[in-house]
Amino acid sequence: MRNLTRHLGLAVVAIFVTAACGSAGNNASATCTESAVKTATSASACGGMDALVAAAKAEGKLNVIALPRNWANYGAILDGFAAKYSIAITSDNPDGSSQQEVDAVKQLSTTSRAPDVLDVGMAVALVNTNLFASYKVATWGDILDSQKESTGLWFQDYGGFMSIGYDSSKVPTITSIDDLKGSAFRGKVALNGNPKQANAALNGVMMANLAEGGSLDDISKGVAFFHDLKKAGNFVPVQATTATVKNGTTPVVFDWDYLSAEHGTDVPAWKVFVPSNAVLGGYYAQAINKNAPHPAAARLWEEYLYSDEGQNLWLVGGARPVRQAAMEKSGTINKTAAAALPPVKGTPQFLSDAQATTAKNFLVANWDAAIA
Amino acid sequence: MTIAGSPAVATNVGRPLVGGRRFSLDWLGAVPFLVYVGLFLLLPSAIVGLGAFFNADGSFTLDNYAHLSRSYVVKATIDTISLSVVTAVIGAALGGLLSYAIVTGSPNGLLRRLVVSASGVLAQFGGVTLAFAFIASIGPAGFVYLFAQAHGVDYYAHGIWLFELPGLALVYLYFQIPLMVLVFLPALDGIKPQWREAAESLGGNTWHYWRHVAGPILFPSFLGAVLLLFANAFSAYATANALINQGQPVLSQQIGGALSSEVGAVEPGFAKAIAIEMIVIVTIVTILYSLLQRRTARWL
Repeated sequence: MRNLTRHLGLAVVAIFVTAACGSAGNNASATCTESAVKTATSASACGGMDALVAAAKAEGKLNVIALPRNWANYGAILDGFAAKYSIAITSDNPDGSSQQEVDAVKQLSTTSRAPDVLDVGMAVALVNTNLFASYKVATWGDILDSQKESTGLWFQDYGGFMSIGYDSSKVPTITSIDDLKGSAFRGKVALNGNPKQANAALNGVMMANLAEGGSLDDISKGVAFFHDLKKAGNFVPVQATTATVKNGTTPVVFDWDYLSAEHGTDVPAWKVFVPSNAVLGGYYAQAINKNAPHPAAARLWEEYLYSDEGQNLWLVGGARPVRQAAMEKSGTINKTAAAALPPVKGTPQFLSDAQATTAKNFLVANWDAAIA
Repeated sequence: MTIAGSPAVATNVGRPLVGGRRFSLDWLGAVPFLVYVGLFLLLPSAIVGLGAFFNADGSFTLDNYAHLSRSYVVKATIDTISLSVVTAVIGAALGGLLSYAIVTGSPNGLLRRLVVSASGVLAQFGGVTLAFAFIASIGPAGFVYLFAQAHGVDYYAHGIWLFELPGLALVYLYFQIPLMVLVFLPALDGIKPQWREAAESLGGNTWHYWRHVAGPILFPSFLGAVLLLFANAFSAYATANALINQGQPVLSQQIGGALSSEVGAVEPGFAKAIAIEMIVIVTIVTILYSLLQRRTARWL
């Protein structure tokens, strides 16, 4: 009996040793070595794109986290990358939040299960830059300076504009935010979440604020707008979800345009409106884990996402890729997908970190009283 | 939704297993209970209570407790207490009547079995599912409302009260009444028909019977049930959150709000201070209850 246990133990150890050798890989044939790629800040810094591809293929694996397959077309993007480079993708916790992504990076640290790449909200990206590796994709120049960290610790990937989605079979066409105060909208207008907690809801209040003549530095007019809406009996305090939209409890919802557009599958008459005097943008950001267990595959993944192919895949999913303007200029954009997006006129504005903090503090102190 | 019970400890374990005359080992039987209470009730309360004295950066502060005077927390406190009192009293009254109706029927009858098993299920029915059930039925887009509206009845003419405190009270009653049935039925079962016969043969009428016999016997358990219903409503979170997401009218929602925020409005110390406030309120209510209990039990 004891002998058997010992044999089993040896067998287990043997399996681990074999597995460890397998994952370590051998990059002798690639000019982009494993030690070099860990700190490579661009593909050219590691022998060029072909060398990076070879190194990534040698690693053979990529760990991603919190990428729902039905979110911004990630299903097609994951499949596209895996097929193009024959790299197996492990997709963990697809419905996780940005914070959970960062928590996983910290907890899994230098293990082989740690996420290689992250797709996080800006609030989370800004406070966790010490976890990221600097990297600039080949198309780095197409990304506006306000949408990236100058050394490449994070760079925005896709996003959209705050919008008012509505069921046009239940309410009249919306042409301005003040329409919502009318009697036709009694008990119909909702936010996607509580603005003290949810980023989308905070931006919803900020969008109303801009439309009412407020500035990014002072959200008080937005809070006053929802206070009026509440007094008129038009504001619904229920959190808008797919269920409440489908059932008709929240036929008018403030939400990101690319998320709102998805209600069209349940509600055919669903329309998305972005007021021209309040074009408020919100983008997610990519970042590479500095302890990425597959450093070459991580960098290749970013190159894929920021290639015309990757950017167009996001666009098909209804998200606005960060290189959209540049691709429209160069004509490489998927024109059908671009035309399907809700039309936006006006100058886009973006909340800075400091402005978001000011808005948050004002909401914490005033929101509950305003809509009580 | 948590249901606080008060586990009884049997201390009458008879002869000590070992030991001499001086030391009784009877208390050994209570050790598991005391350890349980210590680990899962006292220790967490102490951690929360002390934690509220510290900032996010670990420095000592009284701010978290001082913040309890913020107008929206004061309002949430008043609203939560009134909501809990109203649903506990109405729930106890209606649930009590329902239990009485069942008890007067056949003890093995279909009605009793039906109501008791339904109560067992419904008392645990809460959270998002329950809130959405109400939204989808009597809500402003619900089929009941649309039907009523089509027949000239607009019960939301003066505002959508379902998304206000009265609506929350209605939804809470949905699990408060069945819970009352479950906890009050055993007390009613203890009432013997002979007592009523005795009262009648001594010349008493129905009022006399209830005033002098059944009422005083049932009142302590009725009061206990009201307290249980109060605590049940006071600690509920998910149902309120699903129904009224904005404004966070309930204290437990204020804790949730202070604990999780992707826009950075996280105040863990403040959340702990609110939790302590809730513990204090329940403690006061429990003390009031035991004082009242002592008084009502005196006639026996």
